[in-house]
Amino acid sequence: MSHYLLSVIEPTGPRPAPEVLEPVMQAVGAVDQAMRDAGIWVYSGGLHDPSTATVLRAKDGDVVTTDGPFAEAREHLGGFTIVDVGDLDAAMDWGGQLAVASGLPIEVRPFRY
Amino acid sequence: MTRIDEDAIARVFRAEHGRAVAVLARSFGDLDVAEEAVQDAFVSAVEHWQTDGVPPSPAGWIITTAKRRAIDRLRREASRDDRHAQAVLLHQRDDPVEEGPVRDDRLRLVFTCCHPALAVEAQVALTLRLLGGLTTPEIARAFLVPEATMAQRLVRAKGKIRDARIPYRIPSDADLPDRLQAVLAVVYLVFTTGSSALTREDLCAEAIRLGRVLVELMPDEPEALGLLALMLLTDARRDARTSADGSLVLLHDQDRSLWDPGELDEGRELVRRCLRRDHLGPYQLQAAMQAVHSEPAGTDWRQIVILYDQLMSIAPSPVVALNRAVAVAELDGPEVGLALVDALPLERFYLFHAVRADLLRRLGRTADAADAYDEALALTPNEQERDFLLRRRAATTTP
Repeated sequence: MSHYLLSVIEPTGPRPAPEVLEPVMQAVGAVDQAMRDAGIWVYSGGLHDPSTATVLRAKDGDVVTTDGPFAEAREHLGGFTIVDVGDLDAAMDWGGQLAVASGLPIEVRPFRY
Repeated sequence: MTRIDEDAIARVFRAEHGRAVAVLARSFGDLDVAEEAVQDAFVSAVEHWQTDGVPPSPAGWIITTAKRRAIDRLRREASRDDRHAQAVLLHQRDDPVEEGPVRDDRLRLVFTCCHPALAVEAQVALTLRLLGGLTTPEIARAFLVPEATMAQRLVRAKGKIRDARIPYRIPSDADLPDRLQAVLAVVYLVFTTGSSALTREDLCAEAIRLGRVLVELMPDEPEALGLLALMLLTDARRDARTSADGSLVLLHDQDRSLWDPGELDEGRELVRRCLRRDHLGPYQLQAAMQAVHSEPAGTDWRQIVILYDQLMSIAPSPVVALNRAVAVAELDGPEVGLALVDALPLERFYLFHAVRADLLRRLGRTADAADAYDEALALTPNEQERDFLLRRRAATTTP
């Protein structure tokens, strides 16, 4: 079995209205539950907006702190799920279910270690 | 046993490459190991076959030799605590090669090479390299890219198969229709790339060879038969499609004695087999159209329109509709055809303007035809087609 990172790619901008978001979150929650039932769920979580991010860099033995995301982008990581499955086909199958449920692109990437 | 030169050995290896790589990939779980081992076996064959002659079963000899070479290589390179290599070695035996499992191995290799997680260019390169046994420089030349670029493309694709764990497996029944489409599309892309340039005939022959492999591996798949038939019937007319000065010759004006009778017969027979099965798909329908075009009595346009109607019902697209309009124009006249063409959203497609130009010319609307030829010329990148359009434009505007 191998771990895969399923990243939810969100467009940067204002959040959709609650009545739009509500059924989407329900659908995503159902896929999340199906992953747990199948015994392949490792971890999942949704992130706050990139504006809440803080970047730390080492410089001359010190750590320099910057407010905001590492890079301003039109898309950003909105959340992710880690699954433990046999091969890419299985990871793509779960990723596809997340894409349908969320209506957002899902990037599937294998862990190196 | 007969003595044999290096070129002939290379041909045998090319024919058996897919089989050998497929078996070794399953045994060793790694495409690079499999490919290197088959390459090692080739070096060994050049040494031995030239003096001892070709063995009775070249495929068996190649697979057995490649397996031994791979085991030697792994033993040399594997450290004591490389558990993966040790485990692989533990399970290796000099099993005789059985045909049944080998067939499945080659199918697995086909589906791995054409996995949807790989870019189409990567699918094509892998299929030609691993299944077709072409060398990297040969593939690079065929696709007009630098050798280093093609080598990089193959390394990246094999790296992704290994690291992302693209499975070495025949897809499940649920996925099979989509995955099969990808495989057929790769082979047809090799073929169309070959027929779009005069210098790349080898690719057409290679695509037909791959098409035969698919039919051999999936004899019950009518679209695989349809694809092979389509390629054979198209290829049969290749020599007639280009005149001595390299310019394009339309079907109507082709010298039929230049058509390849062997390919035509085989293609027609495959089309008949498809029609009897009656599970028609896009490749079979296109093959059937080619068969109608190759009838000795000339094209029956009514049949062509019927086949396009069927194609529109299972795979509708504006391009198919454009081709259908051309057939309708032959049957019901250019005015009816033009009305169909004008309704299509294809202003960015050169053939749309080329078809309009031809229909306008036939209606005697010379100035409109000249404008349409100009629009088509502005959009086509192909030298041979540009020449053709220029000649047609000149013939239309000079009385």
